[in-house]
Amino acid sequence: MSGNNHTSIVKKYVTESVIPAAALLLLVFFATGCSKLFGTAETDQEIPGAATEHEIDPDFAAYTQNIHGSEVTMDMVPVQGGTFTMGLAPGEEGKDSHEGPQRRVSVGSFWMTSHEISWEQYELFHLEVVEKEIAEEQLDRFGIEPDAIVTPSPPWGDKTFGMGRIGYPAVGMTHYAAVVYAMWLTAKTGEFHRLPTEAEWEYACRGGIYQNYNLQGDAMALEEYEWFRGNSENSYQKVASKKPNPLGLYDLKGNVAEWTMDEYHDDYHDRLDGEIADNPWFKPDVLYPRAVRGGSYRDPAGDIRCTHRRGSDGHWSRNDPQIPRSMWWHTDAPFVGFRLVRPKETPSREEMMEYWILPIFDF
Amino acid sequence: MKTNDTEKKIEITRRDFVKGATMTASGLLLGSLPLSSSAYAAGSDMIKVALVGCGGRGTGAAFNALAAGSDIKLVAMADVFENRLEESYSRLFQRFGDSEQLDVPEDHKFIGFDGYKKATDLADVVLLVTPPGFCPRHYKYAVEKGKHVFMEKPVATDAPGVRTVLESGKIARGKKLNVVVGLQRRYQNNYREILRRIHNREIGDIVSGQVYWNQGELWMRERKPEYSELEYQMRNWYYFNWLCGDHILEQHVHQIDVANWFLGQYPEKAQGMGGREVRRGKEYGQIFDHHFVEFTYPGGAVIASQCRQIPGCFMRVAEEFQGTRGVLSIDGSNNAIIRDRNQNVRFEHDGLEDPNPYQQEIDELFESIRRGHVIDNTDYGAKSTLAGVMGRMATYTGQMIDWDAALHSQDKLVPDHIDWDIEPPVLPDENGYYPIPIPGQTPVL
Repeated sequence: MSGNNHTSIVKKYVTESVIPAAALLLLVFFATGCSKLFGTAETDQEIPGAATEHEIDPDFAAYTQNIHGSEVTMDMVPVQGGTFTMGLAPGEEGKDSHEGPQRRVSVGSFWMTSHEISWEQYELFHLEVVEKEIAEEQLDRFGIEPDAIVTPSPPWGDKTFGMGRIGYPAVGMTHYAAVVYAMWLTAKTGEFHRLPTEAEWEYACRGGIYQNYNLQGDAMALEEYEWFRGNSENSYQKVASKKPNPLGLYDLKGNVAEWTMDEYHDDYHDRLDGEIADNPWFKPDVLYPRAVRGGSYRDPAGDIRCTHRRGSDGHWSRNDPQIPRSMWWHTDAPFVGFRLVRPKETPSREEMMEYWILPIFDF
Repeated sequence: MKTNDTEKKIEITRRDFVKGATMTASGLLLGSLPLSSSAYAAGSDMIKVALVGCGGRGTGAAFNALAAGSDIKLVAMADVFENRLEESYSRLFQRFGDSEQLDVPEDHKFIGFDGYKKATDLADVVLLVTPPGFCPRHYKYAVEKGKHVFMEKPVATDAPGVRTVLESGKIARGKKLNVVVGLQRRYQNNYREILRRIHNREIGDIVSGQVYWNQGELWMRERKPEYSELEYQMRNWYYFNWLCGDHILEQHVHQIDVANWFLGQYPEKAQGMGGREVRRGKEYGQIFDHHFVEFTYPGGAVIASQCRQIPGCFMRVAEEFQGTRGVLSIDGSNNAIIRDRNQNVRFEHDGLEDPNPYQQEIDELFESIRRGHVIDNTDYGAKSTLAGVMGRMATYTGQMIDWDAALHSQDKLVPDHIDWDIEPPVLPDENGYYPIPIPGQTPVL
């Protein structure tokens, strides 16, 4: 439907730049032990024993996901599960009461998209493609109602907010739109994809089993790794154009903030159960607020951290002239995008259906 | 904006898909009820409002009206389609059902092309939010009956319609009626602040500008077998000029209006080009998918206007102006920045907390009514509409079009009488394709 002139650029970009860089970095980390490469301001973080126990599983490696019917691909980075300390430690700079108190949390293994979903990846999501190419049995396998995958209505206006399209992160979609995108990708690829939970997101941001990457207060390092108010010129920047974290994941803390699978609770950490909370997820049952993680190009350096969290707000659609407001687009949230995960253990059909959240009209 | 956000398939799927969906109100509207107006609610006078045109934007305008004060109530609704009226009412009911502000009994819901008259008769204020082809007759009727008006942009699709609006505007002025036109940038803080700075000569004389509405795809509604030709055109109205006027007018009038407003003039001539490069199917009716027009103003300033609805291209919805002292970049997302000729930033608007302009324009309308003041946007609403029509004439014909010729054009797109028994003014050929303008061949009328 849309012109394909950009796809060759994307492909070139992905194959020549991202994969070798990520692979090289991973090799470097395995070879040297990564902690010295990253200024570790969070010295109080425990480095879990999982790092040494972890044998490389040949079936759990980075791969490139093709999307049938297009030349657009998606690089998936393995994130070995583990137990980590979630939240900001007391007294840490920039501490926000919604980011603690610290709790022990375990998450399962998953793959994560190496960067924020780009416009090229997001724009594949058209009803015409879905209807013709996704068989009902495929949908049934995942418990997806055929009617549930509808294309977003097009926004009237410039969805890029004048910040650029090819190679840039998709922004401004509602949480629901991101959820349906994951549903669409699941049906397209035959692999279960969803938004990360808050816990998975923070675990991945911190570097997974390495757990040393927060760079809190290290402005020099921040500049090399992240886009934020101080270096973005108030515009989002091309995905994966700074250095990745130890896992090979780009732009988690900056560039654009990212949707997660959770409803937002101020007292998230207090709500966690158990000595070690196991794969916590607060399924949304209200439209607002839903949890968004990480900072964006608009945020000051102090907000560019793995624990940064905020809740979505009706204010993000305040300039939508229609009622109900669009289910698909926020008129006033050019700072929010998303990335996806694919759990290593594919959940049961019933569990998957828990993630296909129903829409709530925005009046 | 009359553009409907509802995607073409959603009406089919919504029934199943949304079954079980939770209906809830966000906190936004509750929180946005102005406290200042609550004192007024103690008074006994309620301002009665009728909604004419019950689509997504019409429903939005009705929400804005009811949020503009508890002394405002909706008393009548009109639409040609019963389903659209009922959907709109049910959304209003979910938010305002337990308030006295929603007071539309069954016999005040009017279905049909003449429904606007009965709805207007019942109200003090009418919200005219139909496709723009209907606006001139609805406006004319409202001012004849002495009603205050909110009407969406553009206010017509052809020059005869513009003339009707200008004539009716004289009656409105005589009756001291309030008329707000939905060119909401005029009610937006960043634009108002920049206008002040332009008058303060912070960018000097504007010599040139570029105004853009370049977006991706737009909604389209498929024909269904049960539709008559007229019903099909009414449902898929964006692609038929008598109803829509083409996107250079229907959407891009916002930017053309900003140029007229900031320059304090209307263009004296226009020439440009456009066509249907990608959106060529019969389901896209008659309109172009891109236009590029040069508008030349009496002082010699030239504004380049571009609008495009093609997926996969560079997007921009904004206005830029170059003055003798500085350059200005501004857009509807509350941004505005003035730089000097050396690119140093001289002013940057902080719009993060600016109010919703759709609420603001309605708030100001009702506040003016309460105070016995007069806001009248008719003149600029009609003339910026004409500037959009003039741009369309330029791209359709490939000729230079001047303002007076556009104003006096006899090219009449909208029939005088419209009802379900008429043949639409444009019909498909035997293959289902509609007549499309051809530059160099399409005559200037």
